[in-house]
Amino acid sequence: MSHETLSVILFLTFVAGTLAITLWAGRHTKDATDFYAGGRSFSGGQNGLAIGGDYMSAASFLGIAGLIALYGYDGFLYSIGFLVAWLVALLLVAELMRNSGKFTMADVLAFRMSPRPVRTAAGVSTITVSIFYLLAQMVGAGALVALLFGFKSEFAKGATIVLVGILMIVYVVVGGMKGTTWVQIVKAILLMGGATLTAVLVLGKFGFNLSTLLRDAATQSGKSGDFLEPGLRYATEAQGLTGKLDLISLGLALVLGTAGLPHILIRFYTVPTARDARKSVLWGIAIIGSFYLLTLVLGFGAAALVGTKEIAAANPAGNTAAPQLAERIGEIVFGDVGGTVLLAIIAAVAFATILAVVAGLTLASSSSFAHDLYAHVFKKGNVTDREEVRVARISAFVIGAVAIVLGIYAQKLNVAFLVALAFAVAASGNLPAILYSLFWKRFNTAGAVSAIYGGLGSAVVLVIFSPVVSGTPKALFTDSDFSFFPLENPGIISIPFGFFCGWLGTILSKEYNAQKYAEIEVRSLTGAGAEKAVHH
Amino acid sequence: MTLEKDPNAGGTPYERVQATPEFQELKRRFRAFAFPMTAAFLSWYLLYVVLSGWARDFMGTKVVGSINIALVFGLLQFVTTFLIAWLYSRRAEAKLDPLAAELRAKAEEEISA
Repeated sequence: MSHETLSVILFLTFVAGTLAITLWAGRHTKDATDFYAGGRSFSGGQNGLAIGGDYMSAASFLGIAGLIALYGYDGFLYSIGFLVAWLVALLLVAELMRNSGKFTMADVLAFRMSPRPVRTAAGVSTITVSIFYLLAQMVGAGALVALLFGFKSEFAKGATIVLVGILMIVYVVVGGMKGTTWVQIVKAILLMGGATLTAVLVLGKFGFNLSTLLRDAATQSGKSGDFLEPGLRYATEAQGLTGKLDLISLGLALVLGTAGLPHILIRFYTVPTARDARKSVLWGIAIIGSFYLLTLVLGFGAAALVGTKEIAAANPAGNTAAPQLAERIGEIVFGDVGGTVLLAIIAAVAFATILAVVAGLTLASSSSFAHDLYAHVFKKGNVTDREEVRVARISAFVIGAVAIVLGIYAQKLNVAFLVALAFAVAASGNLPAILYSLFWKRFNTAGAVSAIYGGLGSAVVLVIFSPVVSGTPKALFTDSDFSFFPLENPGIISIPFGFFCGWLGTILSKEYNAQKYAEIEVRSLTGAGAEKAVHH
Repeated sequence: MTLEKDPNAGGTPYERVQATPEFQELKRRFRAFAFPMTAAFLSWYLLYVVLSGWARDFMGTKVVGSINIALVFGLLQFVTTFLIAWLYSRRAEAKLDPLAAELRAKAEEEISA
């Protein structure tokens, strides 16, 4: 049996299993709390796995392993921001949000502000961030099927995007948060299992000596010691100061963006109490941290055992490094059959990974559309639970369809920058609004609206005029040049700008409500009046 | 900065809880850990990124075998992240949760009263 056939069988098994769970979850999804927050009945450990499932995208699994395999140390440097970021979520956001919110990020903001403008801003930002992230993942799915299965035609890529899109719509529309959470849990276990197995085999090959692994990787890369030092991918000597500032800009967006990503924030509502929200982030940190340590082994292992040249020949971005390594180490340890089996497992896991992440993003954006924009902005809160869930399901369908169409249209474009942009927008617009809202007494509607639109707008505008959109061979539009902002990552400007806008908007407005601040402060720290779990 | 005075200030149940010394103590304990720790790990992370950009020779210094300072500092970021997470959870269990539970009961009593 070829690895392609085996991969497809494994992937279809995953799909069948998760669809069965989704149908079961759908039958147990009765009201809005079930649909948006899984009845708030998941344990800290379960939600921690789901956090890992939502967060560890194909971009981090295949992308970071590939970056390390091609550029060595810089790939590792990239992964660290993704992990440290979780401390912001743990110390400042998770518990307080669980205590003061209900279903979406906007619930926390609308708590003490004028609800309609704030929910509109938060809804716009949530949907923008989710669509950016979603589009990058959908296009990635199309590219991945070509790489892993050799289906190189446009039709096969398009068909993959449609298939991934339909499955994610089914998960969300039928299973809601309950179904989606279980999909994340299953995916996280498979991903950790696959990565651990491959990494242990690789380490075994090097006698569990990291230093030997690194030495061989450096030799195979042809770049010797430089391969183990920063500077081959980010802030190369040729880029000079611009490159160094870009590195800092990227680092800031990664470390501050996570705690503002809508599909991550809604995870904190799926557990019964703030204490469980804390536990889920602790589990999430343990899982995500271990995962990036495994990725370090996979990346350097791929460089050492497959070789940088062969990886770059298969895919210039290195996205096949992990599957190539799986095949090689499988062959070394178990012979040809072992290589085929391990490659098939890793390829199927990569697809499961994409599928789970896009489902999480679709859920976050449709929840925000239904709960923030439809129920509270258009209907001013006069809407039944049932109707809200119906609208959420319809909007999941529509957002999914839009993502499929955009994904097919964008598949020839280089949209990899959209993930970094999603983090930059989350750090520049959402994070200031959330932090000010929880900790700054004087904060008000004008401040919240200014922070979100200021951060979102500046990040998007700077990227439009940056080298990733025009003026370079790797840009989105290669044949025109309207770039004037020298950095690829807007964070270094847009994050301080978002915080500044939030401050300026606040002090320019006289609105101030001491009673509401007392309420959010007491509720967020003590859990008084927090939304309870439901039991059916 | 002049703030508009709310005519009903001091009246709501939440404001009464907020004014208690116990609540102020909870708030102090929470912020005394979370704020400085956030400043600390963000500075340490930024230092690491800045060193990766500007201090390449230092980062490339070999420590043992092929392991250099860049790798050690990178792995230390993992260690400090795990350590801070563990310290926070221990502290929250011991110093925040019991006080929060007490105040939650009090607040819910005030609201229903």
